[in-house]
Amino acid sequence: MEIIRVENLKKYFPVQKSFLEVLFSKELQFIRAVDGVSFGIEEGETLSLVGESGCGKTTVGRLLVGLEEPTDGKIFFKGEDITGLKGEEKRRIHRHLQVIFQDPYASLNPKMKIGDHLVDPLQIHGIASNNEAKKIAIEMLERVGLVPAEQFYNRLPYQLSGGQRQRVAIARAMVLRPEFVVADEPVSMIDVSLRAAILNLLLSFKDEYRLSMLFITHDLSVARLVGDRIAVMYLGKIVEIGDVKEVIHHPKHPYTAALLSAVPSFDKKNLGIEIIGDVANPRNPPPGCRYNTRCPFARPDCREAVPELKGTSNHMVACHYELDISI
Amino acid sequence: MTETSGTTKKPLKPPANILLRIHNLSTHYFSRRGVLKAVDRVSMDLKKEEFVGIVGESGCGKSTLAFSIMRLILPPGEIVDGEIIFNGKNLLKLSEEEMRRVRGKEIGMIFQDPMTSLDPLEKIGDQIVETIQMHENIGKKEALEKAMELLESVGLSGDRVNYYPHQLSGGQRQRIMIALAIALNPNLLIADEPTTALDVIVQEKIMEILKKMTREGRSVILITHDFSLAAEKSDKIVIMYAGWIVEMGESKKLVNEPLHPYTRGLINSVPDVWIDRDIRPMPGFPPDLISPPEGCRFHPRCPQAMEKCRIKEPPVVEVDSRMVKCWLYG
Repeated sequence: MEIIRVENLKKYFPVQKSFLEVLFSKELQFIRAVDGVSFGIEEGETLSLVGESGCGKTTVGRLLVGLEEPTDGKIFFKGEDITGLKGEEKRRIHRHLQVIFQDPYASLNPKMKIGDHLVDPLQIHGIASNNEAKKIAIEMLERVGLVPAEQFYNRLPYQLSGGQRQRVAIARAMVLRPEFVVADEPVSMIDVSLRAAILNLLLSFKDEYRLSMLFITHDLSVARLVGDRIAVMYLGKIVEIGDVKEVIHHPKHPYTAALLSAVPSFDKKNLGIEIIGDVANPRNPPPGCRYNTRCPFARPDCREAVPELKGTSNHMVACHYELDISI
Repeated sequence: MTETSGTTKKPLKPPANILLRIHNLSTHYFSRRGVLKAVDRVSMDLKKEEFVGIVGESGCGKSTLAFSIMRLILPPGEIVDGEIIFNGKNLLKLSEEEMRRVRGKEIGMIFQDPMTSLDPLEKIGDQIVETIQMHENIGKKEALEKAMELLESVGLSGDRVNYYPHQLSGGQRQRIMIALAIALNPNLLIADEPTTALDVIVQEKIMEILKKMTREGRSVILITHDFSLAAEKSDKIVIMYAGWIVEMGESKKLVNEPLHPYTRGLINSVPDVWIDRDIRPMPGFPPDLISPPEGCRFHPRCPQAMEKCRIKEPPVVEVDSRMVKCWLYG
């Protein structure tokens, strides 16, 4: 069953205007952070969303958990349209949609006890009484490896290391037994030797709860490890999506291939696929395929027609001249 | 060849192909809680035109090691012991004035955050010209021409001299930093996490420029937490843990047949896009360096720890033309 589906999702952010620009009523400009994205996530499935900074991957995650309102498009949760829900309705649905942020130093309340970070959501959603909530919280702290849990319960965030804080953030997301979680770069600020434990913890919840997950990362190695499927974003659009191994071993989009060529690895593969220059300005993306300014294979029609995402359900690509390679 | 002090005694005069010899270096921070031994009796050599990657987690002392080479350790930190022989002179014996001439002219350094290292109010060109003129007696026009050449050598167009830092992307700024670092043609370049804030594609391009530096006769020290990046780019890898060098040797060998359990643990714990395997987390946490564990500092996390490891500091031994600090080989 499909847990999450987004259809033609868009989010445009207005660009700040100066006083003079307002005075001469210059046209309002937008950054098209997310510009027509569609995908689905099955029950128990993890979709890794990768791309460079500024490609819109974090905005997609924020839209899914209701932290941003989409400019256009629809979001479905188990077939129900949840776009633009407000108040009680929103709360009812969002109990099932949780998020884990990148920065464990910013995502916890510095004045709030660790235990209360877990008890609060239980009470807000009316799931447990005071005593029950505390019991559930302590069990969850144990489950994420913060033992002795009674001691961690009463600590404040500053007393914890980055890795421990991220465990709290995971515990807070999981305590509601959500059906869908957005994890936005959950290990990029964690020490290398502690990352594996955090990733394995997330993977264990995925199995135990049959959790569906959108895993946002810039790191293709992590994306490969946690994802069943992978989606590659470039300037607000998905350029390639499919089964993780299929996409990594047979990349069809020149951008995916360029990313794969650049990933550091103990077993480096140089695909010999170049990328030209820097990312285009998202305020003013190039016409046609947005990647055409950086693509070594671009032909004149790439500057005119926008390529559609097409292919089979286990591998789709948006490119007029898709690659045919095996790695 | 075993010595229990943790380092081997070497003659002070290094052979001609050694550009930098660090011998028994200790840098401590004197905090209110106690003495933090960030770098503890560390020895290593760097050859001419060699690309060395220093790998370790935050707090392992890798940046302190780099700043010690530049003698940029500020109080409460202090270099308390050792020698840093660079181009035949002991940097720790130089006066501040002499050291100032070494910085930039003989050793260039690139930092993690290019935005805080550039003056936001000054054009790129002027910043490079200023650097050149501070050390070399040449006219402004000539210096500006040199600045444009430098920008081109790091893959930027020369007209970027007229830009301000905010007009450039993170990758472009880091290229400017490299241009600044090589402006005076130093023969050693130290790059401290130069690409941590950058995307992989930009990272690859910056690494390509650093590799080019070694082909042009310079030596490069890359400091990074990214083991696979270092493995891919370096001739030699130095693994640091809790202020010690625990393993050091030729890259391929070190990755394919790691000797130290920490090296092995690190390799097994990082996911790799081209290697189909599960990751194995390393137990425990890096230690507090004010009161590090007795014996081997890695023993609380080590799957192969023996009784001896809890009591006595392991020696540095040479195994298979590599250096390793571990009782398994002692």
